[in-house]
Amino acid sequence: MKRIVLWFLSTVSAVVLLFGYHTSTSSQLATASGSVGPAPTGTTTSGGGGDGGGGATGTPAKRRSAAGTAPKAATTHTVTGGVAQTQWGPVQLSLTVAGGKVTAVHVLQRPSGSSMDDQINSYALPVLIQETLSAQSAQIDMVSGATVTSGGYLQSLQSALDQANL
Amino acid sequence: MGMPISLALRGRHAADAAGRAAWGEAMATLHDVDRVFSTYRRTSFVSRLDRGEVALADGPPEVAEVLALGERAARESYGAFRTRLPGPDGRERLDPSGVVKGWAVERAARWLRALEGTDFALSAGGDMVVRTLDPASPAWRIGIEDPHDPRRVVAVLPVRTGAVATSGTAHRGEHLVDGRTGRAPEGVASVSVVASSLTWADIDATAAYALGPEAADWLRTRPGRTALVVWADGTTTSLAVPDRGYAGPGRPVSRCASSPPPARAC
Repeated sequence: MKRIVLWFLSTVSAVVLLFGYHTSTSSQLATASGSVGPAPTGTTTSGGGGDGGGGATGTPAKRRSAAGTAPKAATTHTVTGGVAQTQWGPVQLSLTVAGGKVTAVHVLQRPSGSSMDDQINSYALPVLIQETLSAQSAQIDMVSGATVTSGGYLQSLQSALDQANL
Repeated sequence: MGMPISLALRGRHAADAAGRAAWGEAMATLHDVDRVFSTYRRTSFVSRLDRGEVALADGPPEVAEVLALGERAARESYGAFRTRLPGPDGRERLDPSGVVKGWAVERAARWLRALEGTDFALSAGGDMVVRTLDPASPAWRIGIEDPHDPRRVVAVLPVRTGAVATSGTAHRGEHLVDGRTGRAPEGVASVSVVASSLTWADIDATAAYALGPEAADWLRTRPGRTALVVWADGTTTSLAVPDRGYAGPGRPVSRCASSPPPARAC
């Protein structure tokens, strides 16, 4: 089954990518302009839980590329997004995708005159997964969901994670 | 609070006495907050305040601080967020829970922030504060629970430092209420917000959820937030809002935009 990966760069104040888009189970990939190719098919690597995930940090290329370890899945490729025309100027990003996950983000073009060093927040680069995944295969550390009572916790992913890490 | 608290530590104090002590202090903080603020305890200060048995000035200054935050949240959400809500008997009562959750965890996290060389992720019932010190360390991977199936996730957010809160009714029997209509919000299954402070991530997730179909539009007005809205039909809307203070190329940067992220919303 085709795995579609949608992404966007979050709260990076200098690089303004306001991706407000709707998705559905049969949607097209959406970016500000151009498109990001679909992730390779196949399952993601399932490794141990905890902090070994290879999430992208969202920091610009001049600092460092990917942080953490790349997943062990064989297929890795780089996708270059189209140039997004933002309020503050053109922005272009490229992604490195491995095993269906974004492992690195590089800023190819950024608005001129911005002082990105002061502006970049270290927040999330959300990877919206069109197929829902179990906690194990997504290498999740914590789960954010509607507040649970202690009873509902037992069935929740957080419970599974806590037990797996014991 | 009756809610599960999860903590993950990594780094210098992940497994030593200092780490365990910080965890103990964090839990003690949460218990203290619960004693003062819980609407489920008849003897809590908030419950007594609601019944008129005590005055605001009689209590800890934190209560006034929390209620002021609630009033500000109500204003900024055009009344969708409220601190007066129906209790189990249907009667309206003082209920600042929407503020207290995130505010309490931020206070508890102070003990963990004091641990040198240690990253942490502290979650209370799915609302969490995380910190990553070393730029070379991987981000914390935060799964967003699928509101239609709590065994699954709809998205994974790699968060290095910040707060994540989700509002919805996946596990609760009771419903959140849109303060403007008095009815349950329509169209939204859950809202997840990433912000620099859990106090405001929590407030914004709660307010956005209460706004129902206007959730995404309202979130676009909130500087520095990233959000994921899961609609009742299973579709999603993702958005990211620049921090206030970045005024565009060539213009001076305000103090609000600094690295590392500010400790509270500007």
